[in-house]
Amino acid sequence: MAKKLDIRHFPGFLPITYLCLFLLYAPLIIVMIYSFNDSNSITNWGGLSLRWYEDVFWGIESQKFKKAALNSLLIAVAAAISSTSIATMAATAMLRAGKFRGKSIGFALINLPLMVPEIVTAVALLVFFSMIGFTTGYMTILVAHIVFCIPFAYLPIAARMQSIEEVYEQAALDLYATRFQAFRLILLPLMTPGIISGFLLAFIISLDDFIITNFVKGAGIETLPTAIFGAVKQGIKPNIMAISTLLLLVSVVFVTLSYLVGRMGQNKK
Amino acid sequence: MAGALTTSKASNNSTYAGLGNLLMLPSWLIIGFFLVLPVGMMLIYSFLTKEFRGGIIWEFSLAAYDQFFFDRGLFGDDPAKIEWTYIKIFWRSIWQAAVATFFCLIIGFPTAWFIATRTGNSRSIWLFLITIPYWVNLLIRTISMKFLIRDTGPMNEFLISTGIISDPIHIINTNFAVQLGLFYSYLPFMVLPIYASVERYNFSLSEAAADLYASRLTILQKIILPTVKPGIIAGCILVFVPSLGAFLAPDLLGGAKNFMIGSLIEEQFKGNAGNWPFGAAVSMILLSMVLIVLTYYARQQSKEGRR
Repeated sequence: MAKKLDIRHFPGFLPITYLCLFLLYAPLIIVMIYSFNDSNSITNWGGLSLRWYEDVFWGIESQKFKKAALNSLLIAVAAAISSTSIATMAATAMLRAGKFRGKSIGFALINLPLMVPEIVTAVALLVFFSMIGFTTGYMTILVAHIVFCIPFAYLPIAARMQSIEEVYEQAALDLYATRFQAFRLILLPLMTPGIISGFLLAFIISLDDFIITNFVKGAGIETLPTAIFGAVKQGIKPNIMAISTLLLLVSVVFVTLSYLVGRMGQNKK
Repeated sequence: MAGALTTSKASNNSTYAGLGNLLMLPSWLIIGFFLVLPVGMMLIYSFLTKEFRGGIIWEFSLAAYDQFFFDRGLFGDDPAKIEWTYIKIFWRSIWQAAVATFFCLIIGFPTAWFIATRTGNSRSIWLFLITIPYWVNLLIRTISMKFLIRDTGPMNEFLISTGIISDPIHIINTNFAVQLGLFYSYLPFMVLPIYASVERYNFSLSEAAADLYASRLTILQKIILPTVKPGIIAGCILVFVPSLGAFLAPDLLGGAKNFMIGSLIEEQFKGNAGNWPFGAAVSMILLSMVLIVLTYYARQQSKEGRR
């Protein structure tokens, strides 16, 4: 009889997985390494140094980047708070309000920002704002960010809510709590990990956006990605690598946090 | 028994029954007012007349769509010929997106399989490692790729210093660079849905086939691939759709010769040279293509569900 096949493993899949990981990380790691390059040109290696980080914080262009970073941060916080609140209400409607008219179309609506190509959303918003005479600026960026952050905030929030049984709220209602009390005192505390995850993901998505921001930002206002893009158009300079590395670390830290918070919630259960 | 009773009660009388529409109101207001309405307005815009300095005139016109499909000469009075410029850009975008999707599948499927056959903690760590790059700013990832593959970039330097090649491989500003960029941008999108499918795969199917002397390849072809097909289709769509309208990869890696739909649209809205109705029309054409793909997908899904 022939040797029994190991049906779970295919030869060659492990090397391909390593290749996949390598392809995903190599460009990022190389940029991180070159951000410590002590050389004026991006091509030659001139030894280790922190001079480009110094340049980012105190150099000629530092004012521009600091302002852009502050804009990005404020918009991301505001967009994440708004979209998380909206998504929490939407998830409650979808999972805790039984059947109602417009439920399935409402679900499609929440996912709509994921389906429309970003560039189309960007153009549509630009056309819309100019048609109704809205001046482009902070508000237009913020509104656009809230829209496309909603589905990202919704995902972890809905996933969490699905895993919480409704019996707790039902018990509260039986004990004469109002529905608002049941929501605030029972559901929300249980939902905390999901809501934090949603907030962090929305925050990163907002911080990362380039295309839509680029269309609706109006003159004079830059976020970090649009400022970086503008600088890269004139060629990649070493300070761009330092900024990229910093932004990259921020994203990694936030995703890791979101992941850990999500797991913490699961372990408690 | 008690559990069954409470669940039936919960489903009849949900905690916030009757509040559904109230709770959905903010979503409706924000997404309705700032996405649905704008897309509707863009549709109207695509049927308006352009003004010379980049603005519009409120007059119905099919000029934008006409410009897309037909060439009527410099003064617009020659007999209409098919205009190939824009159709070619669309065709190139479809091709680039398809190639990127293909490579994502080739790398993504084995990776997803490998991860799904890990156990416990190691599985979630692998999964986490694959997801992290997705959350890193797309602009930064594209810049990293550009930096890596330049003629004088680290990749070429490395290959030359090791003596594998003597002249730098020219990748930047080629079609291949764009494909590579798209591949790199959306690879995690391929892995995750396939992973989800493989995770639900029932390995006793493979076992039964192996007991009946099926070879590894036969099992893969006849049993595994048909079973995880929904995941593969979902992954392909998640890569193909954003690739089609991508802006950063073609713009930063492809240069001026490798124009895709995203750049074509962007160009119509920059400065005075733009043509807003035309840009709106191109966006509408792109949006309809995406909706066709998604509708096809939804129908496939509901077919799978009925089975």
